Amino acid sequence: MLLCACSIFVIVLFILSILILRSHLSRAEFGWKFFIGQNWDPVAGDFGALPFIYGTLVTSAIALLISVPLALGVAIFLTELCPRFLRAPISFLTELLAAIPSVIYGLWAVFVLVPLMRGTLGQMIHKLFGWTGLFEGPNFGVGMLTAGIILSIMILPIISSLTRDIMTAVPNSQREAVLALGATKWEMVRIGVLRNSRIGIVGAIMLGLGCALGETMAVTMVIGNHPEISKSLFAPGHTLASVIAGEFSEATGDLYLSALIQIGLALFLITIVVNAIARLMVWAVTRGAPSRTA
Amino acid sequence: MSTQPIANQPLVPPRKPSRTNVAHRALTNQIVKGLAILATLIVLAPLAAILFYLVYKGARSLNLAFFTRVPAPVGEEGGGMANAIVGSGIILALASAMGIPIGIAAGVYLNEFGQGKFLGNAVRFTADVLNGVPSIVMGISIYSLIVMQQKHFSAFAGGVALGIMMIPTVTRTTEEMLATVPQAIREAALGLGVPKWRTALSVSLRTASPGIITGCMLAFARVAGETAPLLFTALGNQFWSVRLNQPIAALPLQIFVYAMSPYDEWHRLAWAGALVLITLIMVSVTLVRVYASRGVLKGGS
Repeated sequence: MLLCACSIFVIVLFILSILILRSHLSRAEFGWKFFIGQNWDPVAGDFGALPFIYGTLVTSAIALLISVPLALGVAIFLTELCPRFLRAPISFLTELLAAIPSVIYGLWAVFVLVPLMRGTLGQMIHKLFGWTGLFEGPNFGVGMLTAGIILSIMILPIISSLTRDIMTAVPNSQREAVLALGATKWEMVRIGVLRNSRIGIVGAIMLGLGCALGETMAVTMVIGNHPEISKSLFAPGHTLASVIAGEFSEATGDLYLSALIQIGLALFLITIVVNAIARLMVWAVTRGAPSRTA
Repeated sequence: MSTQPIANQPLVPPRKPSRTNVAHRALTNQIVKGLAILATLIVLAPLAAILFYLVYKGARSLNLAFFTRVPAPVGEEGGGMANAIVGSGIILALASAMGIPIGIAAGVYLNEFGQGKFLGNAVRFTADVLNGVPSIVMGISIYSLIVMQQKHFSAFAGGVALGIMMIPTVTRTTEEMLATVPQAIREAALGLGVPKWRTALSVSLRTASPGIITGCMLAFARVAGETAPLLFTALGNQFWSVRLNQPIAALPLQIFVYAMSPYDEWHRLAWAGALVLITLIMVSVTLVRVYASRGVLKGGS
């Protein structure tokens, strides 16, 4: 038993050590400059990861921007407003959303979302938000915005189900106290529930972020796979995960492979830090809470 | 409650709530309620859209040949995904054989022996963190470990990658299930003189077994759709192969390859494959849910 429990440590350590070991060529060649280099030129042997970092940050930001308000809305609806008989079916349906594999999200996005973005939806966004200057240039349908949208659909169930758990962990006496002062239902949610659970909600959002950062397949299928930093959200991009998926099997030469593994190492460390902070935050809130009533 | 005499405090008559204020608050309340309902509808819309498209596009191309034939060469009609379905089965069997025993054992340790110890908390935390490691990173580490050594892609490497991904999920659900076993049952066994390890295995584990089985199915359903770790380990295969040390086809991989191809015929097959995959996953998730509502999986998420 102890052996198996410790094997979990071993696995994490082993992943870390093998990534460090295999990326030493590129670490020796580029050092920290790897992460600020803008060129990704396998032919010339010049590798810089900045376009991928930029793509990852932008798509994750779009995903959070869309999914956080929606997830909060769903969680508030499920815990505070929803009639009791609807509660179980709706939370089951949102959990089904989490069970859909990412390749199927990708398939759906390629054949449904991308044409939509190329056509009516893209034009609408351009008309509504064109003044920000973020939606310039040609719109191919594939690009960072599409990737962000599909990511937001994928991380939504994670954020909403955790937020729901955290909100149900708030003791009822808090709600009753606020209601007794004559608050409306929304004031009760805002003062009694959201304020009490904000640390946990931030943790849930960070867990969602961790998933968005590492998500591979669906993003690879719709982001357009072009290593360039561009201001327009319609432009095709690349993320840390998608460049590994797209180029790893075609990587010729040890330096190329090693650079890709270094990207993997960076991704591993970032997601571990984000996840660790998020877990600690969620634990801080839900620890010792009464078991949830579904 | 204030300890000062009441007379010392300035006596202000409570302000009567003005009508506009009340209306304003009631309006805000209604708006937020509306927004929450709207958010729920918006969230459920993609689910409905995805399922609708899967059934609409997939059902038309699903036929017997899909389950019995290997992929046809480019340009030819017909063909199926028999090799991918069998390949997925083999990889998942390998993964389960590796991930489930280790996961359950680690879960038993966490709940029965490591309760409150520093090591127990550390393992729990590491498992949660391992759960969040991107699957593509798992893929390249297994590639570096197995594929680079063997110098060829193999079904075995794919199985190892998925098996490792199952461990944290199985561990955490096992632990949660064991936590629901009443302490009195353990005490009864210990009181009869049964050693602690035997109590853990024959009493606690057996009592919690329905929940643990559903937890394993949940982990199974989760890795069944994983594509990224298989890209560089199992690789995929257009031909019939069941050999463990050869590249092998897998359903998610095949869907990915077909979806990204320029051929309409292959797109059709990708939809059909996606429908089969999602049916497999939905059925197991729903089974888990049925168990959960019976109270066996109480506390599981």
